[in-house]
Amino acid sequence: MMEQEINQILARLKPSGIRKFFDIANEMEDVISLSIGEPDFQTPWHIRQAAIDAIEKGRTFYSPNAGLLALRQGISDYLKKRFALDYDPKHEIVVTVGASEALDMAIRALLNPGDEVLIVQPSFVCYEPMVEMAYATPVILNTQKENSFKLRLEELEAKFTSKTKMLVLPFPSNPSGAIMTREDLEPIVEFLKDKDILIVTDEIYAELTYNAMGHSSIAQFPQMKDKVIYINGFSKAYAMTGWRIGYACAPRRLLEPILKMHQFAIMCAPTLSQFAAIEALANGDKDIEHMRSEYDLRRRYLVERLNSMGLDCFEPEGAFYVFPDIRSSGLSSEAFCEKLLIDKHVAVVPGNAFGECGEGFIRISYSYSIKHITEALDRMEAFLKSL
Amino acid sequence: MEPLLHLLNQNARYSLKELSVMTGRSEETVASQIKDYEDKGIIRGYQALIDWEKVEPSPVFALIELKVSPKKDMGFQDIANRVMQLEEVQSVYLMAGDYDLAVFVKGDTMQDVAMFVARRLSTLDSVLSTATHFVLNRYKQDGVIIDDSKEVDPRDQMVL
Repeated sequence: MMEQEINQILARLKPSGIRKFFDIANEMEDVISLSIGEPDFQTPWHIRQAAIDAIEKGRTFYSPNAGLLALRQGISDYLKKRFALDYDPKHEIVVTVGASEALDMAIRALLNPGDEVLIVQPSFVCYEPMVEMAYATPVILNTQKENSFKLRLEELEAKFTSKTKMLVLPFPSNPSGAIMTREDLEPIVEFLKDKDILIVTDEIYAELTYNAMGHSSIAQFPQMKDKVIYINGFSKAYAMTGWRIGYACAPRRLLEPILKMHQFAIMCAPTLSQFAAIEALANGDKDIEHMRSEYDLRRRYLVERLNSMGLDCFEPEGAFYVFPDIRSSGLSSEAFCEKLLIDKHVAVVPGNAFGECGEGFIRISYSYSIKHITEALDRMEAFLKSL
Repeated sequence: MEPLLHLLNQNARYSLKELSVMTGRSEETVASQIKDYEDKGIIRGYQALIDWEKVEPSPVFALIELKVSPKKDMGFQDIANRVMQLEEVQSVYLMAGDYDLAVFVKGDTMQDVAMFVARRLSTLDSVLSTATHFVLNRYKQDGVIIDDSKEVDPRDQMVL
């Protein structure tokens, strides 16, 4: 056999450490899970209908590489209306196969071997492998519960070097539910505005924030616009995970290489999903509102119950996760999750799966009905008493 | 929709504390809002949702379409008043369409319901005709699916 039959970087990457829990969970009867990272709502019917109409009319061809112009126009209008962002649909937007593809394309199109990429953790598990596969070097920015898992300037300053090429900014955060308000972003912007750096901001949970101010984006700062690759998608806001439809927006000089990469790798995002996405943008505001208020009820309920059973839980202001501190149990994240699964058949995700600074925490998803959440929490409460 | 009504409509047995946590309002506020809804007649009552098929002996339900001639000045109110007084009657709706009143009736047996219609409903002054439809099975009631098969989460992807 060839000594290096497969890519050596890929060979070295660790498979997700949580796999083993799910192998155990799959063997069990009566497992109740709070682990899934996607909405429990079905895609609203009018959006599904738009895709059915497209099938009936036979509109099943490739779209332009960047996506249907009507969709890019819709995205441009939506970003302006919703977040006061200004992107030209003709030259500054590409429609991708989910926000994940947008991330991968941005990372691969813009990095050179040896570049350092700052990644805020705890966060989505795919950033690090994507950066490594682009022959660049991930540098981790840790966040802590004491700072509500927000990125602090001191951490950024400490890790910033002459090789730093890119910052990946993942707010609202999976797994912690942390957000960055305008005030939180200001010192970061002040520090970065004169630096030669690109900022990939993954705002897939932008529609799911629960404070009165709503979501703030680093792309809203005029002095940053030129450095930012803005990434969002339809999965979380419109409950459209399986449609695989997202987008990247950036100034033309950055979007062009991303589009080139996308053209080589993907050709175009699925056309039927693009038609559905056009409908989502045109008539989906009330769906978002409905889902957000439902998530908000669950969020309040979960935080209160977790705190009252002795798991200290900072108030998450975004996404659909809570990230309680389990250190009072005396167990590590993985030991806690494994024991909870074996003893009470409840599946949650250990915090260290999202980076070392997630150790001591667990991620609980509230993309479940209140009834389901209540049952799982009753079992968790009994579990804690048994420790 | 007002979240408090939405929650109570889902489950009237939520405690004040739970309602307070989920809506982000104090328990006192929630209590006084509920009282206010009751006083205004927005909340008309709290009932258990019962799957009667599982109750022995299980009662019989029927939908009766009533065509009536409206009374001068009173319209349909007079006949509706009389129909709704009958204790076998569960609900009465005024309808637009082929008939006027939809009357849901509960009885012990089909015979009972048939006799009730023949003797008490069709004989009411101003009832022109009746058509009786017996309920065979209920799949969903008041927004709740009546089904004992175990719910399977269609989401395959476990995590991340």
